[in-house]
Amino acid sequence: MSDEVRLIDVKEDIQADNARVAEQVRERMTAGKTFLLNLMSAPGSGKTRTILRTIEELRGGLRFGVMEADIDSKVDAELIAAHGISAVQLRTGGFCHLDASMVTQGLDALDLGSLDVVIIENVGNLVCPAEFDTGAVRNVMILSVPEGDDKPLKYPLMFSVSDVLLINKIDYLGLSDFDVAAARERARRLNPRIEIFEISAKTGEGVDAWAAWLGSQVRGFLDG
Amino acid sequence: MHELQITESILGVVLRHAAQHDVRKVVRIHLRVGELSDLVDEWIQHYFDYLSRGTPAEGAQLAIVRSPIVVRCAACGRSFEVDKDDLGAVACPDCAGSRLELVSGRGYFIENMEVL
Repeated sequence: MSDEVRLIDVKEDIQADNARVAEQVRERMTAGKTFLLNLMSAPGSGKTRTILRTIEELRGGLRFGVMEADIDSKVDAELIAAHGISAVQLRTGGFCHLDASMVTQGLDALDLGSLDVVIIENVGNLVCPAEFDTGAVRNVMILSVPEGDDKPLKYPLMFSVSDVLLINKIDYLGLSDFDVAAARERARRLNPRIEIFEISAKTGEGVDAWAAWLGSQVRGFLDG
Repeated sequence: MHELQITESILGVVLRHAAQHDVRKVVRIHLRVGELSDLVDEWIQHYFDYLSRGTPAEGAQLAIVRSPIVVRCAACGRSFEVDKDDLGAVACPDCAGSRLELVSGRGYFIENMEVL
């Protein structure tokens, strides 16, 4: 072998493997008629409580399962299971996000044949989960009032990849300088197609409109 | 924050190509990273140095080029580049529309590598 430097063409996307697995997840869920929703937000924005409220609204007609991802704990899955909902806990072991392979493991642990919807509660983080396709049909994010209306400016990718923005904890609006109109405008500037709902998972206010939207999306998927 | 996983993927692709091409040593790897990715170049190199120990890629330099963020105006269809700090604050230069869809600026791509 010579000591001459050679140039090798690689031309490879680093995330091609994850994209392929994510596509397999979507094909599996389409064939098995289970709607997969990826819920993302910062820690403490109310993901678990939002999931419980949402399921409460839609439980009459749809069967739900939940996949909880946490770096190292199972308190969320226990809370979900305590409400009689199928739950699986994924410990990411330090990883800041879920990828499509981890989602596949979680799906294997659920009885998908008896579920119409699986909600993934992603790791609490507005940065990393935005970069990894989980294989979900819809990406939903929560921005809660105490976090501030400037978050679209700080975490633009998360707002760009989400189909839905839930502005949660609107019961705090009176105590806060959060500007709902400004948050809406900033989100729409990054993502003109984003659906926005204002909710309080605590009081239940606004959850009906969001749940109705989700219910129609799920039924469209199941009938499609 | 997810430099480790991305760096593992980079190393995996690099070593696969190195094996295919009978490479003794990888000198430099040319990467294209979207401007929207929150990864810090120095940390990718640190992780790479750690992960590549004892492999033909040990000591390789990562040459990272950032690919620009491109958005498309939802009103008139004009595509243009945007600085990361201006995202969410700029308007279309043609029609002043403020509804802009992301076209590119994400992802990680290995262009080529210099080897011995």
